[in-house]
Amino acid sequence: MDQTLLVTASPHIRDTSTTRGLMGNVLIALVPCIVASGLIFGYGALVTVAVTTLACVAFEYLYTLLRKKPNPVGDLSACVTGVILALNVPAGMPLWICIVGAFVAIVVVKQLFGGIGYNLANPALMARIVLFLSFTARMTAYVYPDMAVDALATATPLKVLADGGAQAAASMSMLDVFLGIHGGMLGETCVLAILLGFFYLVFTRTISPVIPVSITVTVFACSYLASGSWQMALLQVMSGGLLFGAVFMATDYVTSPFTAKGKLFYGIFIGLITFLIRYFGSMNEGMSFAILLGNLLTPWFNVWGRQVPLGYKKAKKQKAAKGGEG
Amino acid sequence: MLKFLKRSAQGASVPHEKATSEMATVQMPVPKNVVIPMSMHIGAPAQPVVKKGDQVYVGTLIGQAGGFVSANIHSSVSGTVVGVAPMRMVNGAVCQAVAIESDGQQTVDPACQPPVVNDKDSLLQAIQACGLVGVGGAGFPTHVKLAAEVDTLLINAAECEPYLTTDAREMLECSDTILGGIRAVMQYCGIPRCIIGIERNKPACIDLMCSLTRDVKGVSVKPLPMRYPQGAEKTLVETCTGREVPQVGPSGKPGLPADVGCIVMNVTSVSTLGKYLKTGIPLVSKRITVDGDAIARPQNIEAPIGALYRDVIEACGGIKPDVELGKIIFGGPMMGGAAPSADFPVLKQNNGLLLFSRKTAVLPDPQPCIRCGRCIAACPMGLEPVEIVECFNRKDAEALRRHSVDLCVSCGSCTYVCPAKRPVSQTVTLAKGWYLNELRKGGK
Repeated sequence: MDQTLLVTASPHIRDTSTTRGLMGNVLIALVPCIVASGLIFGYGALVTVAVTTLACVAFEYLYTLLRKKPNPVGDLSACVTGVILALNVPAGMPLWICIVGAFVAIVVVKQLFGGIGYNLANPALMARIVLFLSFTARMTAYVYPDMAVDALATATPLKVLADGGAQAAASMSMLDVFLGIHGGMLGETCVLAILLGFFYLVFTRTISPVIPVSITVTVFACSYLASGSWQMALLQVMSGGLLFGAVFMATDYVTSPFTAKGKLFYGIFIGLITFLIRYFGSMNEGMSFAILLGNLLTPWFNVWGRQVPLGYKKAKKQKAAKGGEG
Repeated sequence: MLKFLKRSAQGASVPHEKATSEMATVQMPVPKNVVIPMSMHIGAPAQPVVKKGDQVYVGTLIGQAGGFVSANIHSSVSGTVVGVAPMRMVNGAVCQAVAIESDGQQTVDPACQPPVVNDKDSLLQAIQACGLVGVGGAGFPTHVKLAAEVDTLLINAAECEPYLTTDAREMLECSDTILGGIRAVMQYCGIPRCIIGIERNKPACIDLMCSLTRDVKGVSVKPLPMRYPQGAEKTLVETCTGREVPQVGPSGKPGLPADVGCIVMNVTSVSTLGKYLKTGIPLVSKRITVDGDAIARPQNIEAPIGALYRDVIEACGGIKPDVELGKIIFGGPMMGGAAPSADFPVLKQNNGLLLFSRKTAVLPDPQPCIRCGRCIAACPMGLEPVEIVECFNRKDAEALRRHSVDLCVSCGSCTYVCPAKRPVSQTVTLAKGWYLNELRKGGK
């Protein structure tokens, strides 16, 4: 009873959540997508995932080593970035391009801005955009997911939709799109795998469902209004990286708003921009740019989506009361 | 859904750890010495009215209230005053304290007679005389609180802090004095409605109070969700009545439950009042939960006020022999303070004494904030702790005002849920203090 005691300010207990645990949950949620990419695009996809992830971790480690900062590799955030980035390139991507992407994501977008918690945009997303703009031909060489046929470039469902409209929509097999048996980025084609990951993340309370649901609903509603066909709207939602982006990239903690209200506005905003780019822009893929815009506007969403504190009165009344005090 | 968008205000799912809830209260052996500080309440300290060598009995007045917002203090043992001197209390403040050597007899002062109460004034006088304060933790003098004109009496039996089971035991062991106290307050203060709020993790208490109040007009029981901090005053008012205590009251001071027609009393406070009206013995002893992984025999123990932690720990079998004591917490683990040693006295508003081993007491190191927003979802007041911390770091008083930092109740939920293990609540509490100080400076 007489030894030196610890004296700290309350509270004296903490829950068991950790940054590492949350990032680990995201990694577990990504497993179905990794497996699906391996099944659909062959073992090369798994090599891409492994190399990109290793590159991200290595860049994070080397950078912090050079800058003599504490080693953050244990929080697994670099692994998450690596896996997400790898699932954002098409099959057959040269590995050196993946490593360039990893450098952009970890060193340029994340560490130069101060490391975890300080980046302005999602590192994997920025890397995807940089690769897309720098290696456009490579990044759009969507390989047909038939392991017997090698490197046959094919159109994604979005491209088919953009060219052929509603008739093309009717000709596509909904099941194939749902299972992801079509061209596209490694992780974004299999809707089933993404949904499994989504339910895992929501069930473990790693993410709030508000952002993915609001993005998806917005895109669905807008596409339905624009095309008048629910099949068309459903295909819009299930293709082109929308679900993968909505579940794994738009929900990145650092670059998405804090409050439920902010998240809702952010989701609707991303959904709207995606829809606008897809329908009125020259690209048939708008998700990554929409998320980037959402990321950059997050501080604004935070202000706009502020909670109303218990007992808070509108500013005018409050000022009058404060004036009375002084 | 709309409510969710307006303010998530969920609180934290803290563990319950109510291992002592089935344990009947044990009377603590009378300690040889007690030290009774003259400041165990919010407001002016009491003035000592005894001197060295005086003979005192249980219930003898030893400290006279130092103003309206103050409280009387009585001896908790019979014996001899051995000194009146300033002492440093566990919260760091210095105040006068009366040290009494007990004769072990616990003779009750013959002056302790049940008070004659027949209207509101005489009730408030009686409460003032018995030195009753909010024994749930805040220590606000009860007679000041009850002076307000309201339509609803809320009895706070949420006991949302982990480990603590004193209020639960009070309900199970002293339900008659609880009802006596409630009746007196309702009758003499003219309050037509009373709601007893009990957290759902105490089903036995809910059943008992429901069956006892079934035929009592105006009294009802409200089971509360199992979310910390249901027992926070403003949260309780909102959960039970749907009313929101304003940020700024009509007088320009911080809002009080009375501004929306409510008075909140702790269940043990109202029971103490009931006991005093029946027996005339003022607030001289306190049931406290002694628990934690370092104590040999966790239990609920009724200790005389002024008993040293050391004696209380001895009465509970001492520290486990194979465990290194790491931290002594007075109160609950979420809002209680850590004591630097075991040589501090039990106060009126203490309700727990937790002994943590060093292993439990050492907290994980803080990591960088990942801006996950969990602190925001957990804040019962609907604040945004992560933003407040940033505003405080750049010392921006205007931004802190916009973020209503003055509403923080320091409940600790944000720190509890933080996955990066950052001291969020501690920083917000600092920010609040700094902001209020800036306001005062600005007002001059």
